[in-house]
Amino acid sequence: MLSALLVMAAIAGVLGAVLGFAAIKFHTEGNPLVDKIDAILPQTQCGQCGFPGCKPYATAIASGEVTINKCPPGGEEGIQKLADLLGVDPIPFGSDTQTKPKSVAIIDENTCIGCTLCIQACPVDAIVGAAKQMHTVIAAECTGCELCIAPCPVDCISMEVIEEKITNWKWKYPVYALTSIEPASTAGAAQ
Amino acid sequence: MTEYLLILVSAVFVNNIVMVKILGLCPFMGVSKKLEAAIGMGAATTFVLTLASGSSYLINHYLLGPELSYLTTLSFIVVIAGIVQFTEMVVQKTSPMLYQVLGIYLPLITTNCAVLGIPLLNVQAKHNFMESIFFGMGGALGFTMVLVLFAAMRERMEGADVPVIFKGSAIAMVTAGLMSLSFMGFSGLIK
Amino acid sequence: MKKLYHFHGGIHPPSNKAQSTQLDIARTPLPSKLIVPLHQHAGETAKPVVHAGEHVLKGQLIGMPDGFVSSAVHAPTSGSISAIDMQLIAHPSGLPNLCATLIPDGKDEWVERKPIANYRSHSTAELQQLLRMAGVVGLGGAAFPSDIKLRTGKQKITTLILNGAECEPYITCDDMLMRERAAEVVQGAEMLRFMLDADHVLYGVEDNKPEAISALQQAITASVPILQQNKRHEVVAIPTIYPGGSAKQLIRVLTGLEVPSGKLPTEIGVQCFNVATACSVYRALAHGEPLLSRIVTITGNVRQARNYEALIGTPIGELVELSCTLPDTNGYIMGGPMMGFSLPAVHVPMVKATNCIIAASEHLFPPPPPVMPCIRCTRCVEVCPADLQPQDLYWFAQSREFGRAQAFSLFDCIECGACSYVCPSHIPLVQFYRFAKSEIRAREHDKQLADQARERHEYHEQRIEREKQEKSEKLKAKEKAAQTAKLACSQPLTSQQQAEQAGLEASRAHIRELAQSSVEHAKD
Repeated sequence: MLSALLVMAAIAGVLGAVLGFAAIKFHTEGNPLVDKIDAILPQTQCGQCGFPGCKPYATAIASGEVTINKCPPGGEEGIQKLADLLGVDPIPFGSDTQTKPKSVAIIDENTCIGCTLCIQACPVDAIVGAAKQMHTVIAAECTGCELCIAPCPVDCISMEVIEEKITNWKWKYPVYALTSIEPASTAGAAQ
Repeated sequence: MTEYLLILVSAVFVNNIVMVKILGLCPFMGVSKKLEAAIGMGAATTFVLTLASGSSYLINHYLLGPELSYLTTLSFIVVIAGIVQFTEMVVQKTSPMLYQVLGIYLPLITTNCAVLGIPLLNVQAKHNFMESIFFGMGGALGFTMVLVLFAAMRERMEGADVPVIFKGSAIAMVTAGLMSLSFMGFSGLIK
Repeated sequence: MKKLYHFHGGIHPPSNKAQSTQLDIARTPLPSKLIVPLHQHAGETAKPVVHAGEHVLKGQLIGMPDGFVSSAVHAPTSGSISAIDMQLIAHPSGLPNLCATLIPDGKDEWVERKPIANYRSHSTAELQQLLRMAGVVGLGGAAFPSDIKLRTGKQKITTLILNGAECEPYITCDDMLMRERAAEVVQGAEMLRFMLDADHVLYGVEDNKPEAISALQQAITASVPILQQNKRHEVVAIPTIYPGGSAKQLIRVLTGLEVPSGKLPTEIGVQCFNVATACSVYRALAHGEPLLSRIVTITGNVRQARNYEALIGTPIGELVELSCTLPDTNGYIMGGPMMGFSLPAVHVPMVKATNCIIAASEHLFPPPPPVMPCIRCTRCVEVCPADLQPQDLYWFAQSREFGRAQAFSLFDCIECGACSYVCPSHIPLVQFYRFAKSEIRAREHDKQLADQARERHEYHEQRIEREKQEKSEKLKAKEKAAQTAKLACSQPLTSQQQAEQAGLEASRAHIRELAQSSVEHAKD
């Protein structure tokens, strides 16, 4: 009996010492996972995920509070990349999230009253203007988050879908016939 | 010399711990999605198994002896847990990337039935010290080889046109079963 | 005999070149209108410098180069600009782009031309600027501004290669150019050699063009007084194989050097220009003529296949009518059968990159047979000139695993079409690679935008923080000032201040009395 206890105590003691020594020698710190997740997110800062920006959403994913399918601007590829990073299975978008085509905001200059409410709302400072001066959206910096539309008191901001031009045209996925399809002929009627 | 070679060949091919003895399936299915992760896991398991086989033989032979043989399983588990924790710290320090990729499966090596099974098989077969080490190393090499092969096949199947109901784990199980069948063909290799 | 090397793979499709080399190069009549796209070169679109209604002369600048990689665009003939707007252009997307439409007045009046008497007395930088303003771009197909290709930095160029290979079936424009205007090609080549300070010039011509080879050799011999040392120019007959005319492959065959992945030929001391580009360089410098026309092969389902010297901006429909297309023509291909694309419509204009128009029909280009799964026969690997694994690239492209495709060197693919040509399952491999490449480029662009947005957002947050800080500091300072003012109030008043206070109190009392009496009056 005693020998058993002594043996187990000895093993535990030796292992404890080894692990304690290793904990000091191989000490690491930090959790760069949040930054890695944030690097995948599209930085639209739109809040559609339910968090006030992309970094808070990344932090929530890293702590496991929320699923990875909440970001419509990231699309299916975003979910796939997050799934690969975290080593989980990709899940499709829920019924509550809907993906929209990429668009930029445009201010109707005839209606703008220069109130600066939209400038304060823009998370990437893409609107140029000052009090009582004309406001305008820098199209190249606009991420299409739509946060400026609600604050505008005269409803002069609208979203314009980015249309396909020669500069942003992409080759399409090749769709080809697997079998040649015969048009429906009298053979069907004869039956 | 030849006995050691025979033990090695037997452990790697004829009595492959995953395919023939059906041990250690948890990391086999869980870590085989990416080839780099599989190689890392195999290396970690080899390190753990070799150390575990050696130290468990020493503990069993010198510390426990015939009177305290009922403490075998308990002391083996304690030693394996300690070694795995040590390995985890080493991996986190030397390769944080691999640590991130392996995720939860690194500490799960503790509960890997192959890692407990091989020392127990050593006890059952009454191997001496060198034989235990070779059996442990061989088993781990066999585990690594099968894990890498399976990961390569799964990566290949990522792009394949698998029917929806079979996608993911289902087709992986089918593949594993077929691999197991083919490994059974090694029986009779060593007379 | 020059030692030749080999590149991996290659195919031998039927050349179909004999149809269009029977007759010499024909001049074309002035078309009814000219639609000149402002973006017919690699790089930025040219900025229009004329407006609708303006009258222009032949060779007048209508598009100014914009940015480092850009080239100029000129009026191909004299006439009036009827519009500068979006028109359908020759592009596989079928989308329009900015064009200047010119209605010729029939006079074909030249603008004042400034030829250079002796180019050797000018610096390379000056000559490069002249070529940029003359709109000289690569006429081999990519239309890369030639002045950029002449910038070598500190790298020493040993060999200038003139590409007269023309490996693609049906195309014969370079062949006819070399036969008829070899002297201009050689003079242009010497100008390029001078600008690059190369040691020697090699003309790579496929051995199925014996007339072109002998014409170039005669031109070199005849040009001895003009060339500094005619031994520096050598015509080399290379074996006929597709795609031997691709720049990297031609460099390998002639010099044995391999251009490393992602690097330019100049980094290994070689530069490669098309023979037609050399001809344009000669005309731009020695005659002061900007690039206004080029030789186009019209072939395929036509009565008389031929090469034409056509003005840039000629509507292709008018051009193919000169060769009389047969009635069963069902489409037109710009370029060759391997690397060309189908035109969205026949009235699109011809551009600097248009080397050939093939009239297609059912019997010449039958519809492709049904596609079958990849059987991993690796015939595609055997023929790939870039030493790639087309079957793996196809596997990753069709399952959208773009990371793996890039790891397998997808961007080294030159899209020559040799793999699709030999595939027994008739898989359109090059379409998959193009799809994968454009998806990867779009994703990298999106990532760049996302990184920019992240930076702006972080600055936005910092700015808000800073404003909050400043506000709270201001508030603190105000409070402090109020505090000190209050302290001043609690001290005893001086006699003057006492008198002021008394006076104020008296006037306040007087006002109160007046108010009281007026209220009483109102009550009555």
